[in-house]
Amino acid sequence: MNVLTDNFSTYGEGFLGTVELTVYSSVLALVLGFVMASFRVAPVGSIRVFGTAWVTVLRNTPLTLLFFAVLLGLPRFGLVLPFQVFAILALGCYTSAFICEALRSGINTVPTGQGEAARSLGMTFGQTLGLVVLPQAFRSVIPPVGSTLIALAKNSAIAGAFSVTELLGTYKTLSELGYNIVWTFVWIAVGYLIITLAISALFNVLERKWGIAR
Amino acid sequence: MTEASALYDIPGPRTRQRHFAYGVLSTVVILGLLGWILHLLFDTGQFTYTKWMPFEYKGIQELLLRGLGNTLKAFAIAGALSLALGGLLAAGRLSDHRPVRWLATVLVEFFRAMPVLVMIFFVFVALKVQPLPALVAGLTLYNGSVLAEVFRSGIGSVERGQREAAFALGMRKSQVMAHVLVPQAVRAMLPAIISQLVVALKDTSLGYLITYEEFLHAGKLIASNLDYDLPFIPVVLVISPIYIGMCMLLSWFAGWVSRREQRSPKTEAVDVAAAAPGTLLPGGDPPTAPGP
Repeated sequence: MNVLTDNFSTYGEGFLGTVELTVYSSVLALVLGFVMASFRVAPVGSIRVFGTAWVTVLRNTPLTLLFFAVLLGLPRFGLVLPFQVFAILALGCYTSAFICEALRSGINTVPTGQGEAARSLGMTFGQTLGLVVLPQAFRSVIPPVGSTLIALAKNSAIAGAFSVTELLGTYKTLSELGYNIVWTFVWIAVGYLIITLAISALFNVLERKWGIAR
Repeated sequence: MTEASALYDIPGPRTRQRHFAYGVLSTVVILGLLGWILHLLFDTGQFTYTKWMPFEYKGIQELLLRGLGNTLKAFAIAGALSLALGGLLAAGRLSDHRPVRWLATVLVEFFRAMPVLVMIFFVFVALKVQPLPALVAGLTLYNGSVLAEVFRSGIGSVERGQREAAFALGMRKSQVMAHVLVPQAVRAMLPAIISQLVVALKDTSLGYLITYEEFLHAGKLIASNLDYDLPFIPVVLVISPIYIGMCMLLSWFAGWVSRREQRSPKTEAVDVAAAAPGTLLPGGDPPTAPGP
């Protein structure tokens, strides 16, 4: 127990680091995933190919390899940024591929008749998209996006191994100070549980509010 | 686009022209982007002979192959053990005894909520074992719990009548499971199982972080060699296609299995013969036979 009380600031720092990583990478992943999903359903062939390639490659890349390439590779091109920014980039790009697939399958669940009806009412493309297709897609997309973001929070642990301040990395500091290693890990586990359960609670609320009644 | 989407109408001639123009424009932009990356690679001297020289040496090639072998070894052991653990936990969750069910549920939920890396580090640091067992243990606990959920939902998706009929025939609980439910469930869940194995294959690269001598670790050794002018980018260019290729192959296999499963034997068995020439059919043209 005193492992936590003695090192509350270390744990707090790590916890906040993980939360920060998760939030920033989620925003990046959601934006990039949305762009890629719109690429993948575009009527222009080459854009569609680009979206498909992005998703296929990133979904099949081990995240450690991506971290390795981004954190240690990009500086070779003279791009020097703080490690945390690199970590957000790697995590965000990786997760965007999964977000893209979730969004795309959400858009595909909207029946074709909905779009046809909207167009026959004289709605423009923007209206069809914003008033008819996206609201319906949004409802079916909540659960898969939620589980993707939980996976993102868990994956952020890899950043700790590349010397970014986050929760898992605290074990190193504490074991050097000679604290009981098992209890150190117990509190790390509790930290991760708090984050994943919080995300899952948030998406449960969203689902109850907007989800499809089944 | 082959499948109809709610988003776009079927394009007319002017729209098609516009799309063609967009297509040309975006191709130019994408090619420009690729060219810029290639230029950057050349500009920073990534294609010099010194940087690519190490790949000609037999020792280095063997190092890479040994790393690849270790990756595949970890994947094979972790895959087999996760399937076994998944089966065990799924059996626990489907058990008739409440304490067993409760215990299995807690285990599955806990290990699914934990990052794999935390488990791997815990086994590696706290229990002080070798890197390979630590990696395998972490991967097995995580993927086993996920697979347990896959198995459970697979068993649950078999029609209830099947189970009832089997019990009515006087089969025992284990017989119902082994002869009726599992064979039908495996068919439905095979794609999901293979997709989870792709995750396990990808996560073997976490072994790099606990100094297990796998593929990425071998790459890192070569990349940090000063004699070859730190060939970091060449190493990434060599190992990432191999990694991504392996995972894509397995993903493709999952997709292939899932497409195969979706083929319904009922509709395939009916082979419609083409109408003989001259046959008058109501409603226009004679139907063509479905493709093979």
